[in-house]
Amino acid sequence: MSDAAPASIRTPVAPGADSDEFPGPTTNACKLCTPLGACLAYKGIAGTVPFLHGSQGCATYIRRYLISHFREPLDIAASNFAEHAAVFGGREVLHTGLANVTRQYRPELIGIATTCLSETIGENLPQLLREYREQAPAATDAPALVHVSTPSYRGTHVDGFHATVRALVETLAPAQIAAPKDQNPGPVALFPGFVSAADLRHLRELVAAFGLTATLVPDYSETMDGASWCTYEPIPAGGTPVAALRALGAARAAIECGRILAGEARTAGTHLAQLGVPLHRLGLPIGLRETDRFCYALELAAGLERPASLALARGRLLDAMVDGHKYVFNQRALVFGDEDFVIGLTSFLCEIGMRPVLCASGGRSRRFGAVLRAAVPELPADTIIREGADYADIEAAAMGLQPDLLLGPSKGYALARRLGVPLVRCGFPVHDRLGGHRLLHVGYAGALQLYDTLVNALLERKQASSPVGYSYL
Amino acid sequence: MPSIDILPARAASITQAGQPGAAVRCGQTSVAGSVSQRACVFCGARVVLYPIADALHLVHGPIGCAAYTWDIRGAQSSGPQLHRNSFSTDLQELDVIYGGEGKLERALTVLIARHQPKAAFVYSTCIVGVIGDDVGAVCKRVAAATGIPVLSVASEGFKGTKKDGYRAACEAVYTLIGTGDTTGISPLSINLLGDFNIAGETWIVRDYFQRMGVEVVATITGDGRVDDIRRCHGAKLNLVQCAGSMTHLARKLRDEHGIPFLKVSFFGLEDMSAALYDTARHFGDPALMERAKAIVRDEVERVYPELRRYKEQLLGKKAAIYVGGAFKAFSLVRALRTLGMTTAIVGTQTGDKDDYAQLREMCDAGTVIVDDSNPLELAKFCLEKDVDLFIGGVKERPIAYKLGIGFCDHNHERKEALAGYVGMLNFAREVYASCCSPVWQYMPRRAGGAA
Repeated sequence: MSDAAPASIRTPVAPGADSDEFPGPTTNACKLCTPLGACLAYKGIAGTVPFLHGSQGCATYIRRYLISHFREPLDIAASNFAEHAAVFGGREVLHTGLANVTRQYRPELIGIATTCLSETIGENLPQLLREYREQAPAATDAPALVHVSTPSYRGTHVDGFHATVRALVETLAPAQIAAPKDQNPGPVALFPGFVSAADLRHLRELVAAFGLTATLVPDYSETMDGASWCTYEPIPAGGTPVAALRALGAARAAIECGRILAGEARTAGTHLAQLGVPLHRLGLPIGLRETDRFCYALELAAGLERPASLALARGRLLDAMVDGHKYVFNQRALVFGDEDFVIGLTSFLCEIGMRPVLCASGGRSRRFGAVLRAAVPELPADTIIREGADYADIEAAAMGLQPDLLLGPSKGYALARRLGVPLVRCGFPVHDRLGGHRLLHVGYAGALQLYDTLVNALLERKQASSPVGYSYL
Repeated sequence: MPSIDILPARAASITQAGQPGAAVRCGQTSVAGSVSQRACVFCGARVVLYPIADALHLVHGPIGCAAYTWDIRGAQSSGPQLHRNSFSTDLQELDVIYGGEGKLERALTVLIARHQPKAAFVYSTCIVGVIGDDVGAVCKRVAAATGIPVLSVASEGFKGTKKDGYRAACEAVYTLIGTGDTTGISPLSINLLGDFNIAGETWIVRDYFQRMGVEVVATITGDGRVDDIRRCHGAKLNLVQCAGSMTHLARKLRDEHGIPFLKVSFFGLEDMSAALYDTARHFGDPALMERAKAIVRDEVERVYPELRRYKEQLLGKKAAIYVGGAFKAFSLVRALRTLGMTTAIVGTQTGDKDDYAQLREMCDAGTVIVDDSNPLELAKFCLEKDVDLFIGGVKERPIAYKLGIGFCDHNHERKEALAGYVGMLNFAREVYASCCSPVWQYMPRRAGGAA
């Protein structure tokens, strides 16, 4: 199992009560399992097929869950463990599965992730993949194999996502490479975190506005939000080219988004930093201040002041914040979702004068509260902050808080309905509306879109509940 | 694009109607690396038991299995909504090291006290089968302490296929049966097995039988209640709608309680009517048959004019069907004929040899018949047969849409009632709405390849 589990220093018996260390059952989770994050991260690499080493159900469930959000084809292969493999090991099904995926999809890369089953029976992936490479016919178009350990009993989908990004970068860009002398320094390595397809596109535009190119890891902006097809594409077009990943050692700078992620000792970003790439560890660029910080990092990387187009976008956001300031002032908000997402949203809500009364996440970094308060110093002292929360916890905490608005994934709808307040859908997943993957959250443009959406949700509520029903507000 | 390659290990699972050849290979675990549309044993068990609305459904394992099955189905309840929650022991690394029994017992105790269910189902996931928790022993202890049935569902994902999950669910349900009072149950009484009340379908069908004068004792599991299941052995006939999942339970009720069963389907005018007639015939009561005929006449009269309008628009269009069970596939082939459409491709996740033999017989020559297919095969067949409509579930939908093909959701996530006469009308409306939408003409594949 894990080298991180200090089993020897604990009493080798299950404790008799739920505790912080042994949390109790979960009701309506505000998180998903690690392999889901791995699959989505792999979907952001060009020519890649995600492959789960474990039971078939994991792949099928994750496909259905992601398809319901992105509404795009999403093939995830699996070694399809049966009882024999669980008892005697999954070597054969792994090797057969990889050969079959190679044959049917002709991928450039197969992104392998483990599941709780293969982890618990102690599958040695590096060894099994070495054996596979040795016995496979030495074809020139043999796919690259990357693997990540994602037991679902450790962490959440966000942890699986980041672990996969790290595995991709460590495996494909193990060493520093010198940029060719006659060329400009390389692209900006951008690790955007678990954001929407629209966010990925906008982040690329932001980098381009500084005259730079970005290598986003991952980039599922097209693979998970593509055009209609003339014929079936076994692997949808788009994604970060494998060659671009291999060239990351020559990156001009690296930007890693996520304040919780910034507390991790080993990430894709720290790997590049070890190779000598200047690393900026920032929050998700949600709202004014976090976007300012993001743009400042780009200014440093480009050696340029921010371009006029961005100054205008920022100005528009400020202008809107004035136009609507009275509608949102002191309005009480419940914010939930992934930890880094909630931190970004909370920062923005405080900028516009709203009052986050509860900030909750199913993530369990054990530093959520401290990082959130450091990022948003003006957050009221009585704001309730919960990590490792499920929707039952959120509901229990919400009673008596009298929120005016909820912000988070569509899984909060039941709560919003019971409370009778609007839910502004954002983050992941959005399973009850079209276009969840096209919601823009990042940058000045994303903040503006969020702002309009939440102001209008408040106006609509006020209008609908008014006995007069003015059509002029 | 290079043409799509069929894996050699998959070839025996594909055939065509009207062609000689061996039986379709089926009932096997999926080929490794083939992106099967099937899920796992856990999925099979969860899908069958999910609609029992006054039970606690606790998934014992790490969070994924519970999270992915939280309130995703259209299975409605007329009362309690407990089934729409997602309860998980949410096993963590230390639980895996030390064993999950203690956590399971505490979780059951806490959740039963909080929600006061009539029974609790505990689903074992993959990892439980590996770390060796004695789930049965925990269930027994908690049942003794709380006074409600606490049932272990042996649904470790890797221990077979989705069908084995159906069986595990039937075994768990069966332990409830025979524990309730059956006094007062009519001699003209049935149980509905294998209807899951998607979008209220159980209510639609139940109403027909009640109008016929047949008492419906228990609906298993649509709008299901523990107390109804406990006394369902008092019914005189079982109607099995989802044959793949519930035949096991029907056989047990026949062999151990002497209740005969009929395999029926409530999808399509023909099959719905046949279900009513077969039931009347079974009881041998002429008055019952008269009432069945009256219901069929009234209901068909009510929906037929509108159906005929759709048929005019849909005549000659081709469909692909890929669904979980074969009985639904049979009904859909017939229902499409009612709409003037043909079936070009039909496949299932869990059909058996007899099912595929029947599909070969009932489909037009040249219809592709496939077991446990995958997205690449389905796309290949759709392109080769140039179908206008795909009938499947959420995982098949984007395959159709990307290729500019209409789609009808006939899976458990749907929120439209498709059973009974009104269901046939809803089905026709949906098929018409999708097939006859103006959007397809602009799709690059339909517009002659110009993107």
